[in-house]
Amino acid sequence: MKKYTITALAANKSGVLTRISGLFARRGYNIESICACSTEDEHLSRMTIVLGGDDYLLSQMIRQLDKLIDVKKITVTDENDSVFRELLLIKVNAPAEKRSELIEIKEVYKAKIVDLSPESIILELTGEPNKLDGFINVVKPYGILEMARTGLTALNRGKKCIKDLVDYNDLI
Amino acid sequence: MKLSGADILIACLKEQGVDTIFGYPGGCVLDIYDAIYRDGSLKHILTAHEQGAAHAADGYARVAGKTGVCIATSGPGATNLVTGIATAYMDSIPLVAITGNVTVSNLGRDSFQEVDIAGITMPVTKHNYIVKNVADLAETIREAFYIANSGRKGPVLIDIPKNLQTETTEFTPAAPAAYAPKPVQESALKEIAEVISSAKRPLIITGGGAISADASDNILKLADLIQSPVCATLMGLGAFPASDERFLGLVGMHGTYASAKAFQRADVLIVCGMRFSDRVAGDRTKFHENKKIIQFDIDAAEIDKNVKADYSVMADVNETLKTLLPLLHSTEHKDWQKEVAAYKEYEKAHRASPSAKTILEAVRSFTDAETPVATDVGQHQMWTAQYYPFERPRTFVSSGGLGTMGYGMGAAIGACIGRGRKTILATGDGSFHMNLNELCTAVTYNLPLVILLFNNNTLGMVRQWQTLFYGKRYSQTTLNRKTDYVKLAEAFGAKGFILDCPENAEKILSLAFAEEGPVLIDCKIGTDEKVLPMIAPGKSFDSIITKI
Repeated sequence: MKKYTITALAANKSGVLTRISGLFARRGYNIESICACSTEDEHLSRMTIVLGGDDYLLSQMIRQLDKLIDVKKITVTDENDSVFRELLLIKVNAPAEKRSELIEIKEVYKAKIVDLSPESIILELTGEPNKLDGFINVVKPYGILEMARTGLTALNRGKKCIKDLVDYNDLI
Repeated sequence: MKLSGADILIACLKEQGVDTIFGYPGGCVLDIYDAIYRDGSLKHILTAHEQGAAHAADGYARVAGKTGVCIATSGPGATNLVTGIATAYMDSIPLVAITGNVTVSNLGRDSFQEVDIAGITMPVTKHNYIVKNVADLAETIREAFYIANSGRKGPVLIDIPKNLQTETTEFTPAAPAAYAPKPVQESALKEIAEVISSAKRPLIITGGGAISADASDNILKLADLIQSPVCATLMGLGAFPASDERFLGLVGMHGTYASAKAFQRADVLIVCGMRFSDRVAGDRTKFHENKKIIQFDIDAAEIDKNVKADYSVMADVNETLKTLLPLLHSTEHKDWQKEVAAYKEYEKAHRASPSAKTILEAVRSFTDAETPVATDVGQHQMWTAQYYPFERPRTFVSSGGLGTMGYGMGAAIGACIGRGRKTILATGDGSFHMNLNELCTAVTYNLPLVILLFNNNTLGMVRQWQTLFYGKRYSQTTLNRKTDYVKLAEAFGAKGFILDCPENAEKILSLAFAEEGPVLIDCKIGTDEKVLPMIAPGKSFDSIITKI
């Protein structure tokens, strides 16, 4: 199974995420992550969707999503010409005797300490998903108490913007 | 000027050219009904049940070619519309459904007769709205009508909370947004034109898209130009005249032998607004064998969805043909025509002749090319599709995609009102019992409706499958009902007739067609009559069953 990243601009209204996730569910699409956020335009929100599947599924999904009235622009994110980032917050067991080791690891990965208590530490790391995966593996032995990942988000490099694409509903 | 939400709704409906609406009043649409009353210019058809109203609006849209409108109250009124909305969605029929809801302040509190109808109908509408601010109402209604009747058409639902119906806001009249499908560039069709021109055995298939794009005239021109035979999916019936010698009839699960043979032999398939459903492309993998497929569809998601096309154009079918026709030169396919004519001849000599065929052929002498014919779902539906010759688009009204039993009564009422002329409903004893309550509506409005009830005392289509695939174990399909249809019709205020054997069809039909109001004809047919030919589900055209 291949992985694809899709970026979409959708109307910033209640119910839009339901429409999109409902479409995934009823057409049987396999979604790995979906990250929705606000944009420079208050009427639009931006979604980055990571999907597992094949080329057929990818083209069906883009076309089905494009038909939703609230989905304004949609495209497959170009793997070779985009910046991909994800943010991780991870809370790890950090008794006094282990703390310096953890700080050493943090330095290697350029993570940040955002909370410190006598028993635990919260680390913040931004990067591509595989960097986050690697970091999680390294701190695992210390005992992960809980963690949160934002899901992947992406922007095209250079001047190219998703808002300049043609909307399907303008094509017909 | 300042208007209440209810008055804005009426003003917007009229702006959109709506003159007829189907609905049922209730607590959360009282203000809308009051506005309808005060306005007095909209023709409101009161059905017996909201489902009937939704099917009627759908039937109206199919024959009139404009957006159908239905109204229901919140809660159960709204949920009763759902089957009708889903039916319209599957067949891409433009429909605007308006529901009332509890006041905005009562939303989300499980109030009396509150349901999240926007949530419920999300998968079966093209788009839907809950309007929460009266200032947004007019714009929402205008947008809804535009969405319903543009691109690939479909139903749109607008949920209007009760308080918005009385709150007032500034209203500025506006002309409806015009929709003109985008023209197709020549460059998109150059290669396709070459493929069509070099075809030896072309075959055109019309689907529902050909009807909704009003492409009939251009499809006829295309068939003339390249001398191609034409077959139709269930939704595409009427897009090409059945009396034309190049017409092969229905294609697919219950399609004709001639269509199946021509399909297998064709080298170029020109697909006009068809979505390769499993009822047409039973075996998706074999569909593509030995031929090139050219697909014209307005919905990009339909291209390559079920069957991969070799060439495709994502645009309105009629616009595509407009650009395509000048690129083609007149071609003849004498051998191909002869071959196809031989398939038709063979079929004529060998095909089954169920009672329904005799009756439907007799019906044709009382109708004309523009008579709307609605159906329910089951054997009678397939027989009507097979044996009634549809000459004109927008005359065949049937639930294709969803296969909604109980669709017929409402749809026939809508079709009858949409055309304002004698309308036929072919139904079965199974389907008819689902929504026969709408007989009262037909009587109240004195609609010239001729209902042919094919009575075989069984759920015939299911029985047929049980016969073929379930070892004749007739689980729950023998009806054994004691309904006296003549008395039933009379109790509702309609006329009832019995057609006890097909040979008497002429006689009984002449009596029935002489009536002005609704008539119900109990057509007695055999329990084990079959719909043939048949291609078993998942099978390809070479495994067509022509007799059992």
